[in-house]
Amino acid sequence: MPTNKSVSKAPITQFVNCRILRDHKLQREDLWVREGRILDPEKLFFDEEGYADQRVDCEGLIIAPGFIDVQINGGYGIDFSQATSNVRGGVALVAKKILEHGVTSFLPTLVTSPPNIYHKVGTTSTPVLSTCPFQICKPHPPGLALQAGCHLEGPFISLEKKGAHPEQYLRSFQSGGMLDLIETYGTLDNVAMVTLAPELPNSEKVVRELAQRGITVSLGHSVANLSQAEEAVQNGASFITHLFNAMLPFHHRDPGIVGLLTSDQVPQDRTVFYGMIADGIHTNSAALRIAHRAHPTGLVLVTDAITAMGLPPGRHTLGQQVIEIQGLHAYVAGTKTLSGSIATMDMCVRHFKQASGCSVEQALEAASLHPAQLLGITRCKGTLDYGADADLVLLDDAINVRATYIAGQEVWRK
Amino acid sequence: MRLVILEDYDLASEWAAKYIRNRIIQFKPSADRYFTLGLPTGSTPFGCYKKLIEFHKNGDLSFKYVKTFNMDEYVGLPRAHPESYHSYMWNNFFKHIDIDPANASILDGNITDLEAECEAFEKKITQAGGIDLFVGGIGPDGHIAFNEPGSSLVSRTRVKTLAKDTIVANARFFGNDLSKVPTMALTVGVGTVMDAREVMILITGAHKAFALYKAIEEGVNHMWTVSAFQQHPRTIFVCDEDATLELRVKTVKYFKGLMHVHNRLVDPVLSIKDQ
Repeated sequence: MPTNKSVSKAPITQFVNCRILRDHKLQREDLWVREGRILDPEKLFFDEEGYADQRVDCEGLIIAPGFIDVQINGGYGIDFSQATSNVRGGVALVAKKILEHGVTSFLPTLVTSPPNIYHKVGTTSTPVLSTCPFQICKPHPPGLALQAGCHLEGPFISLEKKGAHPEQYLRSFQSGGMLDLIETYGTLDNVAMVTLAPELPNSEKVVRELAQRGITVSLGHSVANLSQAEEAVQNGASFITHLFNAMLPFHHRDPGIVGLLTSDQVPQDRTVFYGMIADGIHTNSAALRIAHRAHPTGLVLVTDAITAMGLPPGRHTLGQQVIEIQGLHAYVAGTKTLSGSIATMDMCVRHFKQASGCSVEQALEAASLHPAQLLGITRCKGTLDYGADADLVLLDDAINVRATYIAGQEVWRK
Repeated sequence: MRLVILEDYDLASEWAAKYIRNRIIQFKPSADRYFTLGLPTGSTPFGCYKKLIEFHKNGDLSFKYVKTFNMDEYVGLPRAHPESYHSYMWNNFFKHIDIDPANASILDGNITDLEAECEAFEKKITQAGGIDLFVGGIGPDGHIAFNEPGSSLVSRTRVKTLAKDTIVANARFFGNDLSKVPTMALTVGVGTVMDAREVMILITGAHKAFALYKAIEEGVNHMWTVSAFQQHPRTIFVCDEDATLELRVKTVKYFKGLMHVHNRLVDPVLSIKDQ
C-alpha cells in the first residue's frame, strides 16, 4: 500500500519487537523512522493513511537514543590535540570506531596546548559544521558519529590541578574577555564547550561572553571554592568537568565545586550538570553513588578517553605528554597521576548502572538525554521523541551494544 | 435478540472477540468484497480489542480486507489528545493490526463544517455497502454511541450535545476537571446502527445493569435508546453476570439455558490458517 505521496515519498522503516526509551521508561512500542527522523505513526496513519515500507525485527532488544560523549580526547591511536597532517581523517576514524560503543555524537576534546595547536587543529577538526555547533539538526557524514563541536579543556586552568596537562602551556586571563580567547584559540566558531578554572582573575567576563555565544562553560581543573563556583554558574557556567577529579575535595565547611550539586544559589530555571568518568578507576563507587543520589538528573557520563582507548597496552602520546597504559589504567609516564581513561562509553554505562544500582533507563539517560540537555540539543538528539534524529543504539538487557544507527541507517552491527 | 451471559468481564470480552473473528472469517473477505465493521470506544470493549489483537498476532485473523467505521468522536478535541477517540483506536487497536489506514474511518470533530462531515460519513457507509456487524456499548443512561436520552430512534449521524451524566462520567479521563471535558460530539444515529445487518452490544459491570434492564425488559423508549434494537432482526447482547443484576430471574435462566446454542457460534473458532 503506497503512502499518501502528498507529504513524502521517502521510505518508512518500522522497528518492531523492541523496547524503546521514551518518557524516562522502557516501553513496548514500535519505533518509526522516515528521512532520518523519528516519525509519529499515529499521524502517519490518520493524516497520510500511510504505513511502513520495511520492518526491522529487533528481537526484543532495547532501543535507546545514541550516546553523546562530551569529553573524548582521542582513541585508536588518534590524539585530537596533535597537529598531524590529517586532522580530519583522524577525527573521522574515531567517529567511525566509537559507533561500536553506541556513541553517535561527540565533542572532540583538546587538552591544554600551545596557541598554534588550537589555531591549526581547532579550525580543521570540524569538517561538517562551520557555523555555530548548535545548528546541529543538519545531516552529517554518513556512517560516522556526529562531531558536534570541540571541547576545549584548558589552557585557562589552575596550576595545582593541572592533572596531565602540560604546565608550560597553562594561561591566565590578561584582559579577561574575548581578546584572551581569540588570541589563544584563534576562533570560537567550532567550539561547543570550554573548561576553565573560575578562580582565575578576570574569569567572570569570559564566562559571560562564552555563555552568551551559546558555548557551554564548564568548571574544572580548578581550586575554586563554592562561592567562586556559584558565581561562575550565575554568570552562565553549566557543567563540571569530571566531578571530583582535578578539583578540591569535598569539605564540609567548603564543599568547593562539588557543592554545586546541592547548591541553593543555582538559578531556578537552570541545571548544573556534571561529568562522571564511570570507569571504576577515576572515581570510587561510593563517591559515584553520593553524587548520583545528591543530584541524579545532572549526571552526564563521559569517557575522557585518550589516544590509547581501543589500543593494546604500552606508551602513547597525549597532547604534549607521554602516557603509559597498565591494564585499564592510564598514567602520566613515570608517575601515578591518572591521565585519562580508556574505558568505552558502553562500559561506562554498564559500570554506572552496576555501581549506583540505578535503573536501566537512568543509566541510558546519563549517556544520552543528559548530555543533550547540557548542550541544549534535545530537539534532535538524546531522545526518541517524534521529530528527533534517528540516532539509535540497540542494546541487550546487559547493556551490550548490538547495533548502532545514524539517521535511521544501520552503521554498525555486532 | 440473543442474550449471551458470561461469568465475568474477561470471558465476555473473549466471547465477543471470538464471535467477531468467526463472522469475519466466515465472510471470506477479499479485495472485491470487504467486511464492514462498526466499532465503539470506552472501557467496555477494551478487553475485546485486546483479544482481537491477540488473534491477529497469533496469525489466526487478518484485518486486511476489513473496513471499520467508528461510532463517534468528540467535537473540538485535538486529534492527538490522549482522550480523543482517534487516539483510543490507534493505541488500543489500529497500531497492533494489519488494517489499511485508508479503510479506518472515524468522524473528524475538528472540521469546520460538522454537518457536512456527518453527511459524508453516512455516504461513506453506504458506498462501502452498509455495515455487516456493528459493535457497540451502552451508557449507564441507556444510550448507544452518543444518542443521549431523548434522541430520535430513527436519527442519523449528527452533532449531539452531551448530557450532564455523560460529561460527569467522562470527567475521570480529563483529570476530574469538568471544564476540560468536551460538551459536544459527532455520533452515528440510532437509525444508522439499526441499518447494520447485525448488531452486537457489549454490556459489562453492575453499573450498567439498570440500563440493560430498561433496554430489554421494558418497552422501546427514546429515553433508553438501546431499546430500539428490540426491533432489529439480528441483535446479540453480550454481558457478564454483574450486568444482569437488574433482570428478572426468569429472563436470566432462560438465556443461560440457551448458552449451548449460543456457544455454537464461537465453537469451533475459525482461523485464516485453515483457509
